[in-house]
Amino acid sequence: MARITIDDLKEMLVKAGGEGADVPSLDGDAVDKAFADLGYDSLALLEVVGKLELTYDITLEEEATQPGGTPRELLDLVNGMLNAAA
Amino acid sequence: MTATAVVTGLGVAAPNGLGIEDYWRATLDGESGIRRITRFDPAGYPCRFAGEITGFDPAAHIPGRLMPQTDHMTRLALAATGWALGDAGADPAAMDEFGMSVVTANAYGGFEFGHRELEKLWSRGGKHVSAYQSFAWFYAVNTGQISIRHGMRGPSGVLVSEQAGGLDATGQARRHIRKGMPLVVTGGVDGALSPWGWVAYLSGGQLSSGDDPARAYLPFDTAAAGWVPGEGGAILIVEEAAAARARGAAQVYGEVAGYSSGIDPAPDTGRPPALPRVIRQALDDAGLRAADIGVVFADAVGLPALDRAEAEAITEVFGAGAVPVTAPKTMVGRLASGGSALDIATACLALRDQVIPPTVHVTDPAGPAADLDLVRAARQAPLDSALVLARGTGGFTSALVVRRAA
Repeated sequence: MARITIDDLKEMLVKAGGEGADVPSLDGDAVDKAFADLGYDSLALLEVVGKLELTYDITLEEEATQPGGTPRELLDLVNGMLNAAA
Repeated sequence: MTATAVVTGLGVAAPNGLGIEDYWRATLDGESGIRRITRFDPAGYPCRFAGEITGFDPAAHIPGRLMPQTDHMTRLALAATGWALGDAGADPAAMDEFGMSVVTANAYGGFEFGHRELEKLWSRGGKHVSAYQSFAWFYAVNTGQISIRHGMRGPSGVLVSEQAGGLDATGQARRHIRKGMPLVVTGGVDGALSPWGWVAYLSGGQLSSGDDPARAYLPFDTAAAGWVPGEGGAILIVEEAAAARARGAAQVYGEVAGYSSGIDPAPDTGRPPALPRVIRQALDDAGLRAADIGVVFADAVGLPALDRAEAEAITEVFGAGAVPVTAPKTMVGRLASGGSALDIATACLALRDQVIPPTVHVTDPAGPAADLDLVRAARQAPLDSALVLARGTGGFTSALVVRRAA
């Protein structure tokens, strides 16, 4: 069954939030940093959620993507839903 | 005493030059930026020329974070703002965030961005539309992005009055200065060179459809048959004169000395157009006589009736051939709200260098335009004040006077 990897999520984050010298890296321990500290505001996260929902045919609650959350938490949430649906 | 609003920085994004020095050299040399459109294939449309900006690399000027959420014209506006602040020697990070306002003009919004997202909406469904469409298309988006990027939290807004917008925004900037704001970022950058935007332009029925880019936009000429759209504009840094002096501004191009706006009567009323009255009011506001104006930057629509009305208005106020008149926009096309902002920037450069930039391509002035002293090659002249005119679709009519700093 489909599972999302951290690289899949990073790709979506870059697409929604941009990349470049001014954007914090998503490598290393960034997966455990808050989205807000990585420079993602609520709209950037909305863009990511839309992409996740479309790609994996899931519906995420609004709480799933608060700027205080981390990429790893989002990853675990999505994979939990995908496992439950399997 | 009323606060004095002065222009201390310019940022230009024009089809014939990026940055003030490139643009100004090209403009004095009469280099046209009107070409066949390359952004999309114009072959299937009745009009194929535009003042298109080529050679702009957004990634070199725009933070990566902003790339997914900005239309092309917003990227141009952000780049021009950076250049204008640099030109003014102003560092927003070192200034009071509530002492800086942003008032830009816009007429089309983020058309190309909206085109892409609407295409997704109708071909693939609403879930495919970017969350950023919520603001990327919007008239106020340049003001918002400039305000956020530079931390400017004073009273801000957007003026939507088509070609007149650049003057109206600058007039509004002066009101903020008079109310005590030390610095306002103003001007306008516009453009909608995407297939959907092109259809919007075409729906106005005023575009030129020739096959020669040098004959496509001929305001005041007997061969005038419409105008050519362009993209870009200018961002101006306007400051309160004493505040600019106190922080050691790099230069003062001139004072926003006079401004007026009006609206044309409905076409079937038979009442005269607003332009002569608006010109007189702007001169009165500046405390100047017609003879004090060294050059008029014309609106120059390129449609016979509107050209005639403008030529008659200038002659009515100034007398036949009594003031040099120019339309450097013949090199870039009509940039919607960016056009009159670019004309203010051009007027500032003319005052700085004491030279009037040329009107290109026009060879045979028509009717009342034959009475104008139309400047067709760059001309050295003593210039103390310049008058900029603009008329926007729907009757918007504005005039602004820039006076050289004493």
